Amino acid sequence: MTAPLLEVTGLAKRYEAGGMLRRRHPVYALNGVSFAIARGETLGLVGESGSGKSTLGRIVVRLVPASAGSVRYDGEEVLGLEGAPLRSLRRRMQMVFQDPYSSLNPRLRAGAAVREGLEIHRLLPRGEMAGRVAQLFEEVGLDSSYTDRYPHELSGGQRQRVGIARALAVNPAFLVCDEPVSALDVSVQAQVLNLLKNLQQRRQLSFLFIAHDLAVVRQLAHRVGVMYFGRIVELASAEAIIQRPRHPYTQALLSAVPQPDPGRQRSRIVLAGEPPKPTAPPPGCPFYSRCFHPRKDGRCTTELPPLRPVGESQVACHYAELSAATALTP
Amino acid sequence: MSSLLEVHDLTIRFPALSGYAVPVSAVSLRLERGETLALVGESGSGKTLTGLALLGLVPHPGRVDSTSRVLLDGVDVTRLTGDALRAIRGGRIGIVFQDALTSLTPVLTVGNQLREAITAHRRMSAQAARDAAVALLGEVGLPDPASTYGAYPHELSGGQRQRALIAIALAGEPDLLIADEATTALDVTVQAQVLETLDRLRATRGMAILLITHDLGLVAGRADRVAVMYAGQIVEEASTASLFAAPAHPYTRALFRAIPRLENPVDQLIPIQGNVPLPEEWHVGCRFQPRCGEALDRCATLDPPVVPLAPGASSRCWLPALRDQ
Repeated sequence: MTAPLLEVTGLAKRYEAGGMLRRRHPVYALNGVSFAIARGETLGLVGESGSGKSTLGRIVVRLVPASAGSVRYDGEEVLGLEGAPLRSLRRRMQMVFQDPYSSLNPRLRAGAAVREGLEIHRLLPRGEMAGRVAQLFEEVGLDSSYTDRYPHELSGGQRQRVGIARALAVNPAFLVCDEPVSALDVSVQAQVLNLLKNLQQRRQLSFLFIAHDLAVVRQLAHRVGVMYFGRIVELASAEAIIQRPRHPYTQALLSAVPQPDPGRQRSRIVLAGEPPKPTAPPPGCPFYSRCFHPRKDGRCTTELPPLRPVGESQVACHYAELSAATALTP
Repeated sequence: MSSLLEVHDLTIRFPALSGYAVPVSAVSLRLERGETLALVGESGSGKTLTGLALLGLVPHPGRVDSTSRVLLDGVDVTRLTGDALRAIRGGRIGIVFQDALTSLTPVLTVGNQLREAITAHRRMSAQAARDAAVALLGEVGLPDPASTYGAYPHELSGGQRQRALIAIALAGEPDLLIADEATTALDVTVQAQVLETLDRLRATRGMAILLITHDLGLVAGRADRVAVMYAGQIVEEASTASLFAAPAHPYTRALFRAIPRLENPVDQLIPIQGNVPLPEEWHVGCRFQPRCGEALDRCATLDPPVVPLAPGASSRCWLPALRDQ
């Protein structure tokens, strides 16, 4: 087996909540997160708002510092890098952001936004940059005349294409995509998903693909990690997550995804209650308060279930083996 | 008995550099008591403006054409002013918007805001209003209604705030509840909870619901009928079952092909080429024609007719019109 391109181990992000007068107490946005991504692989991350998926993406590309753990890229520890080695890392991994409105500088023409990366990393002689930018525009499906447009002259889908071209400009091997299509209309979302998929195959890219919509993640991901309350609760192939979800939260999430097939609706699991407050994390399983598993018991309230292999999946549930038996059937 | 709501040729104009923009053009709808109608469209389709017009809330400088009719039990809402209009707004028609954080004022407790809505429409003592408010908070599924009554919006989660908004919309005991992307900002598991609650309220109160959404998936199994909007017009209307089984309009069909599926995923989605046109880009003929894979020559120059396909089902398209000739 070849070494993974990206290896994340025991990653945590802690914020100090409270103020000057109140007692400060730590809040964990991420805790004990470990996974690996192979070359050319897409790992999808799903979870609800506040589950820590965006924080995770930002730590990996070094936009936010981690509190503990390790991120190795191509065998090299990323978290301590500074100066020239960090710049070199930024050439190899890039990010595509959710909001194509706020992630482009409104005063920079689209072509200049894409060109910036080439200039900073001095990847080409000046005379060749314009040609390279035009080439990148064509690669993401935009006519090269769009290089002269300002962001406000572009539609949401076109802006997201510019965001993708900007990420690709430095020729990275790894992209973190954080909700890249959730701000787009359905008819345009499909265009961008197809583009990302084609780019991955053509350029042999690896993706960490973050989204709240499981159906969108399914469209691109080889494997899927399901996050809840700052932890990965299930990690498996996309096929296994959809067909044989083992964690009760994954099962509930699947049943709640709105799907336009009335005849084939999954049996609907409507969870009771809400996720716990990050300021008051429960000692045991974070999903306990909403869990519908028939076997849930006192052990779940005291002992945090670790992510462990169950069948072909990795699941953080004490009773994942039994859960599989009650897995949802359409 | 007549329908609860009948909208005839609703047209909304905004002054523009060259004459007018018409983001809602001749929209007609019908809604029966106790029925859920979904109004589905992408951003810019005019679905939100349509909902606002039912309450006389079209923002300045927009105007509803004088030929438009919005009949609530036979009374034209567009002609009402003063007390008669106030009795409709938040009274016979309640509305829930997408963003609960901006719909609630941060400086008053949830209970205060709810009591204000109740006493605006029903005469009762302060104590009776308080009791009614607590009862409503319980009815929309908030845990511990008495303590939620005294809570400020920032102390509630997103799902709880949305439920509080629904309680406020119910305060005037409406016959029609408009839910405008009311669950879009919520996580899917919470969205499922809130939709379940709306459906229960519809059943127990015999209220009609106009479910305005961009998400066709959300409509499945939730609405009785669906109206699909594109570029200010309703392009298709059908029962939910038949729309999903056999979508008639090329836009509806294209939309279904573009939605990623959980089961049986395809290697490549089939996107709709181009973008949703802006009102100033609408031209004569079919507004979907530039993006339509099935367009005929005449689609670019002649407005397509609304072709009835079945009772309560129609498609604004030349294809079925010509097939029948």
